[in-house]
Amino acid sequence: MDTDANAAANGPGMPQLDFATFPNQIFWLVVTVVIIYLILSRVALPRIGAVLAERRGTITNDIARAEELKLKAEAAAAAHDKALADARAEASKIVEKAKAEMQAELDVALQKADAEIAARTAESEARIAEIRASAAEAVEVVAKDTVHELLGALGQKSDGRSVNAAVSARIKQGDAA
Amino acid sequence: MEGELVQMGAYIGAGLACLGMGGAGIGVGHVAGNYLAGALRNPSAAPGQTAFLFIGIAFAEALGIFSFLVALLLMFAV
Amino acid sequence: MADGTSGFNIKPMDQFTVKPLFGGDVVHWYTPTNVTLWMALTVLAVTALMVWGSRGRALVPTRGQSLAEMTYGFIYKMVEDVAGRDAVRFFPYIMTIFVFVFFANVLGLIPFAFTTTSHIAVTAVLALAVFLTVTALGFILHGASFLKLFWVSSAPLPLRPVLALIEVISYFVRPVSHSIRLAGAMMAGHAVAKVFAGFAAGVGAAFFVPILAVTALYALELLVAVIQAYVFTILTCVYLKDALHPAH
Repeated sequence: MDTDANAAANGPGMPQLDFATFPNQIFWLVVTVVIIYLILSRVALPRIGAVLAERRGTITNDIARAEELKLKAEAAAAAHDKALADARAEASKIVEKAKAEMQAELDVALQKADAEIAARTAESEARIAEIRASAAEAVEVVAKDTVHELLGALGQKSDGRSVNAAVSARIKQGDAA
Repeated sequence: MEGELVQMGAYIGAGLACLGMGGAGIGVGHVAGNYLAGALRNPSAAPGQTAFLFIGIAFAEALGIFSFLVALLLMFAV
Repeated sequence: MADGTSGFNIKPMDQFTVKPLFGGDVVHWYTPTNVTLWMALTVLAVTALMVWGSRGRALVPTRGQSLAEMTYGFIYKMVEDVAGRDAVRFFPYIMTIFVFVFFANVLGLIPFAFTTTSHIAVTAVLALAVFLTVTALGFILHGASFLKLFWVSSAPLPLRPVLALIEVISYFVRPVSHSIRLAGAMMAGHAVAKVFAGFAAGVGAAFFVPILAVTALYALELLVAVIQAYVFTILTCVYLKDALHPAH
């Protein structure tokens, strides 16, 4: 049979039980395992462990930094709000002040205007009074002249002094009335 | 004649040894099935027990492999 | 069905033969063999993943670096969860075991490849190394009280000697099952794949049926390769836990 032929050619039918190859396999196995162990323990594992640790550290750091930034942002927002409120208060204060100043200026100007108006009024009144006085004087003169002319026209001799006295009396009477 | 008889016996023995693998199959199925039943009852605990699942399967399977080995030995090494 | 002469001339175990790489028949302990070749490829693959992949040391990892970091994190978490926090100092050893077994298994799935972990010599050395290390560690750390591992103090007193006997036997069976599980699973998958591939040559027109079977089997083998590496590593962690915390 085939198996018999094999067995005759290769020793036992199962190569696994061919003890002549055991030293060879064990030798190369030990060499391989030692090489793999050295590669792993000297190069690969420390490197991968370092990378993993570094990544964990970076993630922790990033989270901490994000937390910090968040706090900072909140503080900044609070500061912004405060600045806004301050600015608003300041602005309203300025507006108040400006209003008050304007009011004061307005008051001064009004007073000045009032005073000027009063002065002008007084002046005008004085002038009016003057004009009225001169007008009254003129009326007297014109009346005397007119009376003289009338009396002359009527053919009567006019007594200058009595006419003047009469006209003056009548005008004073009119003024008093 | 006598050699052929031995050969015949070896082949019959190899065939019989393979029956042992059925037992291992039953065992592995038992382990996996019970794991699944437990995992469906309490799914949250299942991931922590996969290691024990594989250990159990390995132990059950080892015996099947032993019987397979006996079969191989009878076929090729006797 | 086949043409009689070739028939099912399947030699499923030939793929496991250890051959010298550069001719010759004698396999001395130093001879470069296909074992050497595939173990060297394993070292290359490990270097590619763990050293070349992580060369950027980038804070935001590339795809290769992510793979290296995932492998690192996966094994680190396994050691921490299964063997305890104080087992972390053995992490490089366990990582070595995992990447070696993982890449040996997966590289062995390449067609015409030689699977180093399918040999009992290889897995037995790995398992014995774990067993001896763990036992020595237990006695160094705990002295004679390490033997309490076998004395189940929570059991009723009359039962304890019986349990102790069982515990001792199961303790010494550990390296056996530990190594044979890995070698057997690898060997079984490859042998079965070879048998099905041999059927494809023998059944003539119906060749596609075994080829489909081989395809499905290959997917299963990929799963098995990964799971066996995982199981080998996690059992190492379990044994390590026993050495560090022997009390039940």
